[in-house]
Amino acid sequence: MTAAIAARELRSLFLSPLAWVILAVVVFILAYAFLVQVQVFTEIQPRLAGLPSAPGVTEIVAAPLFEFAAMILLLVAPLLTHRAIAAERRAGTLVLLQSAPVSSTQIVLGKYLGLLAFFALLALLIAAMPASLALGTVPDWRHLGACVLTLILLLSAFVAMGVLISSAVEEPIAAAMITFGALLLLKIVDWSTEVATETRTGALMRYLSMSRHYEPLLAGRFASSDILYFVILTLVSLALAIWRLDADRLHG
Amino acid sequence: MASPDELLIAASRLSRVYGERRVLHDIDVAVRRGEVVGFLGPNGAGKSTTMRILSGVLAPSGGAVRIAGIDLLEHPIAAKRRIGYLPEQPPIYRELTVDEYLRYCARLHRVATSEAGAALARVKDRCGLREVGARLIGSLSKGFQQRLGIAQAIIHSPEVVILDEPTVGLDPIQIREIRQLVRELRSDHGVLLSTHILPEVQAVCDRVVLINAGRIVLDTTLAALSEATRGWRVRLRRPPPIETLKLLDGVQRVDMLDAQCFLIAGPRLDSEAVARRCVGEDWGLIELTPQDRSLEEVFLRVTTGDLAMEAA
Repeated sequence: MTAAIAARELRSLFLSPLAWVILAVVVFILAYAFLVQVQVFTEIQPRLAGLPSAPGVTEIVAAPLFEFAAMILLLVAPLLTHRAIAAERRAGTLVLLQSAPVSSTQIVLGKYLGLLAFFALLALLIAAMPASLALGTVPDWRHLGACVLTLILLLSAFVAMGVLISSAVEEPIAAAMITFGALLLLKIVDWSTEVATETRTGALMRYLSMSRHYEPLLAGRFASSDILYFVILTLVSLALAIWRLDADRLHG
Repeated sequence: MASPDELLIAASRLSRVYGERRVLHDIDVAVRRGEVVGFLGPNGAGKSTTMRILSGVLAPSGGAVRIAGIDLLEHPIAAKRRIGYLPEQPPIYRELTVDEYLRYCARLHRVATSEAGAALARVKDRCGLREVGARLIGSLSKGFQQRLGIAQAIIHSPEVVILDEPTVGLDPIQIREIRQLVRELRSDHGVLLSTHILPEVQAVCDRVVLINAGRIVLDTTLAALSEATRGWRVRLRRPPPIETLKLLDGVQRVDMLDAQCFLIAGPRLDSEAVARRCVGEDWGLIELTPQDRSLEEVFLRVTTGDLAMEAA
């Protein structure tokens, strides 16, 4: 049942021009960033050759590319997630799901998985760029794989939060704006000078900050606590979205 | 299990509160297999709220709903498999084709993949959608979209079909087709149908439930209703005071239509006795005509509050 809802979500995405435009624009911008990064690498490569344990092509090209992708997708994700539930509620199609023998959990998971599938596809397209370096050199496949996984983890949190906000806000565009605000806040929360202090607030800000969890992962330093951060963000958002849909029945 | 009198919808003491506002007061609704029940009431009386509760979209603030014997609140998934629901606004995805949409609905309602093709063909036949299977829903006329809404409600052959104003926005030919469809559904389903169009109730329903301001004010079979609302029009050249007419044998109500013309009604009214009396008293009997009070009249009287539950 979840799969049917996810498949419908994905299909409707690809029936709208927006999804195609987003794919095209994001891939184009990232391709440009990728080429710039390759250019940088070819320029500094002779100097790197002499260094012991010099950074390889993956570290210089792929990691910054994925970091840039994370930033762009923070802007883009709300554009797709905001419709997930808010638009169905507005169009009166949410009733179809609510009156069908389907639980709120299945509805929310279906929406989440459908959107995540779209973004996972985008992540693979992005990964294809550094992977193409294999034509001329040997990329660090494990590092590249780690980058893709990190991006998907990050997108999973983006999508889950987007679905949650879409379930809670009536107006789809407002849901997009709030999702964008929430994601951006998680990104910049560690800009405060408090972060450097050993206070509780400082520790909380360090923990909440998204960059502090994905940057080490992108650099290839795997820590289960960082992975857990994104898993928790995803699960809490989905649980709240399910709870919100159930509340529809009680208060709607 | 398919006993003809089986209760398919049994809702008891349903109430619903929105914030401070109580929109349903202890409503009872019963629909049996093989029965089409017309659900009537003015706008804002609580029709749609009741239907949303019966279809499991909304939880009641109090009361219980059993669908074919299954508690809707305790076992929503099992109960909902037996319900088909068309909300006021058909829940359609404009970007999908008719076939894609119906296949999705079949999956949502857990129709086995192997049977989905047959189910699709069947509802498309029934709802007159055979020619438009490959069309985009957004490009269909309102009438087709409405039929598609009905098709999604019956694709899984549910025992209970709940239709919220299924003929709204349709032309007379389409309305006739939909009514025919509803009549066909009666044979193996229980149908609850809300409408504003009173002749529609007379055309397709076996029973009528009238709701006003969140309360059921009338629940009776159509046959009993027409029996109870039958009256006689009497025109007298020299009418007695209206009180005298009220004392006639079997007369329960007298309405004065003009100075000489009255509408008298009562379940045990004997026209012969009335005629004899009129002649005997020398009231100058000019006319004595049987008159069916239309459903519309009942509706207006009940909803404006001056008809007691005489027909119940």
